Amino acid sequence: MIDIQDLTFNYPDGRCALEQINMQIKPGEKVALIGPNGAGKSTLLLHFNGILQGKGRVKINDLEISKKNLPSIRSLIGMVFQNPDDQLFSLTVAEDVAFGPACQGVEKELIEEKIQNALHAVQLEGYEERNPYHLSGGEKKRASIATVLSMSPEYLVLDEPTSGLDPRSRRELIALLRSLPQTLILATHDLAMVEELADRVIVLKNGRIVADGKKENILSDEKLLFENDLL
Amino acid sequence: MLTGKLFMHIPDGFLNVPVSIVLWVVSVAVIAIALRKTGKQLGEKEIPLMGILAAAIFAGQMLNFSVTGGTSGHLLGAALATILLGPWAAVLVMTSVVSIQALLFQDGGLITLGANLFNMAVVGVFVSYAILFLLKKLFKNERVGLFVGSVLAAWCSIVLASLACALELAASGTSPANIAIPAMGSIHALIGLGEALITLGAVSFVFAARKDLLLADQKMGRTSKGILIGGSMITLILAVLSPLASSHPDGLEWVAEQKGFLSVARDSFYNIIPDYVFPGISNEAAATIVAGIIGAAVVFAVALGVARTRKKSA
Amino acid sequence: MIELYQERESLLHKMNARVKIFFTLVFILCVNLLPSRSWPAYILFFTLLASFFILSQLSIRTILLRSLISLPFILAAIPLLFTEPAPYLITLHVKSVTFTISQPGLIRFIAITIKSWLSLLAAILLTCTTRFEDLLAALRQLGLPKIFVSILSLMWRYLSLIVEEAKCLVRSRDSRSASGVNQRRPNGSLWWRAGVTGRMVGNLFLRSLDRSERVYAAMVSRGYSGEPLQVNVRQMSFQESLILIGMILFCMLIMVFSYLIH
Repeated sequence: MIDIQDLTFNYPDGRCALEQINMQIKPGEKVALIGPNGAGKSTLLLHFNGILQGKGRVKINDLEISKKNLPSIRSLIGMVFQNPDDQLFSLTVAEDVAFGPACQGVEKELIEEKIQNALHAVQLEGYEERNPYHLSGGEKKRASIATVLSMSPEYLVLDEPTSGLDPRSRRELIALLRSLPQTLILATHDLAMVEELADRVIVLKNGRIVADGKKENILSDEKLLFENDLL
Repeated sequence: MLTGKLFMHIPDGFLNVPVSIVLWVVSVAVIAIALRKTGKQLGEKEIPLMGILAAAIFAGQMLNFSVTGGTSGHLLGAALATILLGPWAAVLVMTSVVSIQALLFQDGGLITLGANLFNMAVVGVFVSYAILFLLKKLFKNERVGLFVGSVLAAWCSIVLASLACALELAASGTSPANIAIPAMGSIHALIGLGEALITLGAVSFVFAARKDLLLADQKMGRTSKGILIGGSMITLILAVLSPLASSHPDGLEWVAEQKGFLSVARDSFYNIIPDYVFPGISNEAAATIVAGIIGAAVVFAVALGVARTRKKSA
Repeated sequence: MIELYQERESLLHKMNARVKIFFTLVFILCVNLLPSRSWPAYILFFTLLASFFILSQLSIRTILLRSLISLPFILAAIPLLFTEPAPYLITLHVKSVTFTISQPGLIRFIAITIKSWLSLLAAILLTCTTRFEDLLAALRQLGLPKIFVSILSLMWRYLSLIVEEAKCLVRSRDSRSASGVNQRRPNGSLWWRAGVTGRMVGNLFLRSLDRSERVYAAMVSRGYSGEPLQVNVRQMSFQESLILIGMILFCMLIMVFSYLIH
């Protein structure tokens, strides 16, 4: 379970980014984090695996964010960033997918197996020796998800997964995300995707949670969506 | 594309082997020190930072910046790297850039890589650091010190690197010192202006957006005495040696001696075999003809072999 | 993408990168150690290279064009023609100045040109037949420190991306650089233009800095803790070692042969 209590975070220049965030995400949930630009969605996501650390408490599976726990936490949380080029930093897809397990200390033979499984899950079999630069937008996105799947995380956290994708790649991505067993947390503008994938929606504005409930209730509340610059 | 390109990446063949080896030794020594120093100070963040900045400098060197009507400027980036990363990391970054340019793009030779590394990664960075440090002390206003320092560091790094290059060419006997040094010096004094202006523009841009990156104490604060001394020494040596060397038509004194020594060594080899094989035809001509025949035969055979195997597999 | 490597199914492409690197260095060293007048040696070394080029099935035209890259540098050696001692071949009179081209000078000049060109061809051969990843792995095995492997790997990965970004910047600058009809100084003053270029470079560097922070975040999210990146190593077979030794001996033989000839 992801347990966040009274999380407050300020930017280096003093501005308030997150204020008194309280949320709990149980295993198996599919949560969508929505809100206008600048609401703090990405900032919040970065607190899940300790890249940013603010005031308050963040616990992942009862592990508090601390230097000792970070390696374990980062194995639990698979973070997929918005720009796949930032996530594919190796010379071949296989190297990128192997990076996570290698950092975890997995033995070589097992890594091979993990690479195969991850690529299979995202339907990029045969892409091992490909150069990330030459992949299409959709392929890059799927490859970046593979780099995280190979670490066998329990939670998948994705920042704006459908941004920049053409309609077909978007459909393929949504289908892929639907097929994955992990607990899903998506920060996004794409309400149509939220409709398809999520069962719970949290609305963020100006660093505060303004709504948290079932998808059907939130998405049908036009007044709420309009007030929060989502419609 | 080649106009105004820095004449600093020396190709193979233009420096003799002894000079190349000496400079290799010096460069490797400095790089080894840089590795140790960065190893101690490095946070984890530094590796992606160095790698990606190296790519940015590489890209910056590849691109054509139209500065005046016909000519264009190119960026070396040693000063910029020093400003953004601090001296030792800058040495590593510039080493990476120059090495890959040589290895993959043949921009500079492989035997002469040691010399090119010395000129661009060592002299370029050390001189930049020394000047930046000096000017930071001189001006109380951090902004002014940084900006003036950037301009001077950029210009001096180019000029001094080119002087080092010219001295190396002279020491190898490729270019007489009294022509190479003034020529290289004056050309790069001009190109250096481009570097200075571009560096200033870049620094002011980064300063406006992310002041924290430039004034961070960990970059410039922990004064590296070694580099200060090294940078100042390099500057002095080059500044003094260059006009001295230019005034001697034969270049440096010891080069003349070295040439004499070499011709002596060669002569003793030459006397091992008598000077003729056939009466009237010298060894050299005969050997050249024989080599030519062998060569043509081999190439023909290989081409035939390759063509046959291709036909078989087709 | 800056593609120098040309994909082929040739013996050279399949050869272990360490062999190729070692041989290239030995070759260039030998060529540079030859006395100036080693015409037979130049021919034999060229033959060796030509054979390799044919074996590698690379496009000859591209290779030759690439080998012209360092041509401008030959200007540095031109004074040699005039400054070496007698015997003199050609005497030119220009106005009141006398230029004499001496034979030793000419020979040295030609020698430098040939040596430079041969070295260049060897390096081009290496680049065009070896993938960057294999080159990097081979260098690591030959002793390149791990940190350089990481830096070079990242540099190579993001180079094309950054070059694209830079080209975009140049394009957007150019499309806003229309000169007015009545301008006395088209495209602004030198000072101004250099400033624009400088800001473009600053923009590029800033974006790169931001990108490096994002890449760092991605690396750290996957468990990175400062250990440099790994590369796959390839063992050298006995055959390949033999080939390497054979080639080196061949080069040394040619070299010794040239010294004896003169």
